[in-house]
Amino acid sequence: MLRIKNLGVYHGYVQAIRELSLEVKEGELLAVLGANGAGKSTLLGTVAGLYKPTAGEIIFKGKPITGQKPEQVVRQGISLVPEKREIFSALSVLDNLMLGAFHRYRKNKPVLMNDIQEILELFPALKGRESDQAGSLSGGLQQMLAIGRGLMSRPALLMLDEPSIGLAPLVVREIMSILVKLKKTGVTIILVEQNTKSALKVADSVLVMERGGITHSGNSVDIIADSSIQEAYLGRAR
Amino acid sequence: MGEQLLQLLFTGLTLGSIYSIIALTLVTTFNVTGILNLAQGEFVVIGALLAVSLQGTGMPMIAVFIVSVILVAILGGLLERLTIYRARGASNLSMLIITIGLSISLRGLALLIWGTETYSLPAFSEGGSIIVGGAALNPQSIWIFALVAVTLTGLYGFFGHTFWGKAVKASVYNQTGARLQGINLNTISFLAFVAAGGLGAAAGVSIGPITMVTYDMGFMLGVKGFVAAAIGGLSNVGGAVIGGILLGILESFSSGLISSGLKDAISMIILLGVLLFRPEGIIGAIRERKI
Repeated sequence: MLRIKNLGVYHGYVQAIRELSLEVKEGELLAVLGANGAGKSTLLGTVAGLYKPTAGEIIFKGKPITGQKPEQVVRQGISLVPEKREIFSALSVLDNLMLGAFHRYRKNKPVLMNDIQEILELFPALKGRESDQAGSLSGGLQQMLAIGRGLMSRPALLMLDEPSIGLAPLVVREIMSILVKLKKTGVTIILVEQNTKSALKVADSVLVMERGGITHSGNSVDIIADSSIQEAYLGRAR
Repeated sequence: MGEQLLQLLFTGLTLGSIYSIIALTLVTTFNVTGILNLAQGEFVVIGALLAVSLQGTGMPMIAVFIVSVILVAILGGLLERLTIYRARGASNLSMLIITIGLSISLRGLALLIWGTETYSLPAFSEGGSIIVGGAALNPQSIWIFALVAVTLTGLYGFFGHTFWGKAVKASVYNQTGARLQGINLNTISFLAFVAAGGLGAAAGVSIGPITMVTYDMGFMLGVKGFVAAAIGGLSNVGGAVIGGILLGILESFSSGLISSGLKDAISMIILLGVLLFRPEGIIGAIRERKI
């Protein structure tokens, strides 16, 4: 579904991603793990169009999307839930969700309220808060709102950048279980996480990144079994 | 004495409303694009001068108003595409300098087309002044008050109650978030300049009957609008209106009661004062609300 070939990305003079290639299969949940500064967020940001790659190719559903702008990428069916959530904190929860469907508003206006109801079914904690200011929500609810807003564009590929950051374990578990539910509906998911344990529980396959490249990849069972990876990259000595 | 004060108040409110509209367009463009458009005063003047020419062809005033607004709106959009859009990604300082360049060019263009003469426009409605409490209120002032009211209502309605308004608002609050939802910031910048052009022209045609029109009056109007916007904190729509009216009343009273030479000095003094002591604007209580 998504293929990346020899990707290179610079932030100024610093090379954030070097010669990275990967493939994401339709319907899978891929976890991307690695330390701070390994280039995980840059990888997602580049696919979403926030950063321009200096080398390489990004192919989505057989079509090259390399170097497209974010507003174009989202129309192809890729949605990024960014690390800082980037919700519209002064707007209401409902407005945030509506704006998630910005690019299909004109065509799908009559069904949007149904779609919002579906999102609220998925995140029952947001129910009854529709007219609250998004900024007044707790961190966990804001994260759910950010994911819900990302889903409103009806993406085929949903990318999440550290959804567990700063959240209580219980909330993290809830969010992870929602990701599993989403996967069952056919959405392909890339999950960038530092919370290795939670991510490994839900992932089908795993990539470990270091200094802008991939050091390990495989299905999650193998990665969990590989104690050297556990110790060296995932910081969980047994 | 009471009648004289009331008269000064009417003049001040009229002046203030004019400044308010210019401040409103400045603030809206600033909120939406981050650019302080110093050519805003020129949009006002070109609108008024176009109206002078159109009116010369015998068109009714209402048609003159509409055509002039549409033409300057197109001009605003055109200039955005030709300059701001080309420089997208440049620093805000570069953008500011571009708008100064635009302002000088437009003034030059106006000089070439309309020369240095002073023009006047007919009032929107016939009839003399209305006497209220012994003071004369120019009917054109009422049109100007109405324009401020309509503009304000329109802005609040657009930003508060329409999907597109909310999309614009979202892109003001969070550019990255907005782009990820598919909102094109370039389009929004374009629309902001179209609106700035149209609103500027509306202000120009409305004040023409009161102030007379010359090719070079845009600079001072732009400065007054900026002072009004700065009083309100530069990003606050309500603050810009209050700032404009405050400035108009202060100017009117100081020139009426002390000396007419003070009129322009007063706004400069206020600007310096605000920038030195309250750069976040005098109207602090409603400061948090953007657009």
